[in-house]
Amino acid sequence: MTQTNASHTVAVSQAEFTAAMRDARLDIPAGLIDAEHHPAGRRFSVYRNNVAVSLREALHTGFPIIAKLLGPQNMDGLAGIFLRAHPPKSPLMMHYGDEFPEFLANMQQLSHLGYLPDIARLELALRRSYHAKDVAPLAPEALAQLSADELMEAKFELAPAAMVLNSLWPIYDIWRINTQDDAPKPTNTAQDVLIVRNGFDPVPHLLPVGGVAFFNALQRGECLSDANNAANKETPEFDLGATLTLMISGNALTKIKGLHP
Amino acid sequence: MSNTHKTLAVMGAVAAALTAVASTDAAAQSKEKCYGISLAGQNDCAAGPGTTCAGTSTVDYQGNAWTLVDAGTCATLELPASADGSARNGSLEPLARDVPA
Amino acid sequence: MFDRSSLGQLPNGAGVGYKPQHFSDIEADAGTVRWLEIHAENYMGDGGRPLAQLRHLRESFPISVHGVGLSIGGEGSLDKDHLARLKNLVRWIEPASFSEHLAWSTHDSHFFNDLLPLPYTDQTLERVCDHIDQVQSTVGQQMLLENPSSYLAFAESTWEEPAFMAEIAKRTGCGLLLDVNNVFISATNLHYSPQAYIDAYKLDCVGEIHLGGHDEDEDDHGHPLLIDSHGCEVVDPVWALLDYTLAQSGSKPLLIEWDTDVPEWSVLRQEASRATAALNQFQLAAQ
Repeated sequence: MTQTNASHTVAVSQAEFTAAMRDARLDIPAGLIDAEHHPAGRRFSVYRNNVAVSLREALHTGFPIIAKLLGPQNMDGLAGIFLRAHPPKSPLMMHYGDEFPEFLANMQQLSHLGYLPDIARLELALRRSYHAKDVAPLAPEALAQLSADELMEAKFELAPAAMVLNSLWPIYDIWRINTQDDAPKPTNTAQDVLIVRNGFDPVPHLLPVGGVAFFNALQRGECLSDANNAANKETPEFDLGATLTLMISGNALTKIKGLHP
Repeated sequence: MSNTHKTLAVMGAVAAALTAVASTDAAAQSKEKCYGISLAGQNDCAAGPGTTCAGTSTVDYQGNAWTLVDAGTCATLELPASADGSARNGSLEPLARDVPA
Repeated sequence: MFDRSSLGQLPNGAGVGYKPQHFSDIEADAGTVRWLEIHAENYMGDGGRPLAQLRHLRESFPISVHGVGLSIGGEGSLDKDHLARLKNLVRWIEPASFSEHLAWSTHDSHFFNDLLPLPYTDQTLERVCDHIDQVQSTVGQQMLLENPSSYLAFAESTWEEPAFMAEIAKRTGCGLLLDVNNVFISATNLHYSPQAYIDAYKLDCVGEIHLGGHDEDEDDHGHPLLIDSHGCEVVDPVWALLDYTLAQSGSKPLLIEWDTDVPEWSVLRQEASRATAALNQFQLAAQ
């Protein structure tokens, strides 16, 4: 073949290899050959396929509710676009898909499904919580022992596995109906969620209104009194008792700052 | 609200929370739940399914050429009128085919 | 610089690639499985179940840490953050073996989640050796380098793969991992003799042997094209190639890899039994 001599001199850079791998409209680099020095052809497609399929599968397993909501064919199509626009930036596949919520939000064809980006954020947060550092929770007795003044001034460290998400959509209900049998239909409300991990399984809980402001204030290092004020200011009906119940039972508080060495 | 009242309110809320936590069934909390997260985003050193064509669809590069084809459970979600305060443009109609949840 | 004594710390018995869904089953009945291999990247989170399981497993089994994302064959420099994570993991686990691939997966800070091939030239030899030097001095332990499964060749290559790898081992002091399934795949795909490949491989540097299943496809000319899917049982010709290898290499730690369509534990345990039988048969014959 006339190709043989030419291809012997053709070095293939990894830039050329990756460009052709990401875009099947590009020619396969001529320096890639089979045993008879024919152009690689379908053999190169194995790499195109492996990369595309493995990333697509990672999106399916990483965003199971989005995949269920959209159906497998839609998810495959979206994944194909997404994985080329946003290949992983890290070798840790456990965190793949950071840009997926924003990507969904920008897809014109999905604009009538406005809740999808927040559901994707929820699924990302569940994965982050799953892999978050283990920190021993604060014993509830430690809170009971504080004087009134100490309690008001107490600042807390929060568990790395605890996270909040606010949404204008009923994200808790949508999560529940897609993960639990006999869950009620989603209600017509904006819902905020607190993700906590008792042991190793992150679980979303419906967070009382104002809870996100309270959680964020504590995370910023504000004391209990100030965090309560911040939540009340935004949401006069903020229920501190219910919010704290969720946080304490979910091991979200790990330490009272300054009290323990 | 005076500071004293505030302090009393916070103390009351904390006490209520501690009581609620104490009465929660510890056994129920330790129950293992599996949402498939343990299998999400695993690295491995295998090749994908043994086909040479799956990565070569050129539709994959053209976001504006993509259209919704089948319908997942969002067709049956029946979200009530706008939860986000804005008009929702009949929302689920393109997906409103008879697909089970 | 690094501890060479790690080579051979894995028992000369069967191991399997660990999957979290098998955690309780392994506890209940490990069968003939004597050691476990983990993919390093899956244990680089900050905490939670993966690390807790590993902490537990390492009490009962020697662990082999097998990296799949370091991109040793990459044109660019190694990812320092990733190297640091690897170092931390190895320091924590104190694995019986630590290995990576003769391949690349990262280019221009994008990770492609696949083991991609490189040409074998004097230039790539030097680059790979530099990267392995860096890995071994950072991690503080000898690494084993695994032969890839190839679907195509590079016109520019001037080295045969076994000689290329032997030269790397000589220059860097790294050990080798021999994937017998990969040899069978590459030999079929690139039309050479798998036995000749084994004959040329530097077997006294081999610290571990891999076995796995593959899929069958065809290239544009109707020639068989085998794909390294790790999604089924090891086929008989690969078992035969293992026997051929063991007859020359002597007993080695043998790993069963199964990464896609992962089966029930009993299926994997059965594959491990077959690997154990292959080792026993060889040992009896050698007596």
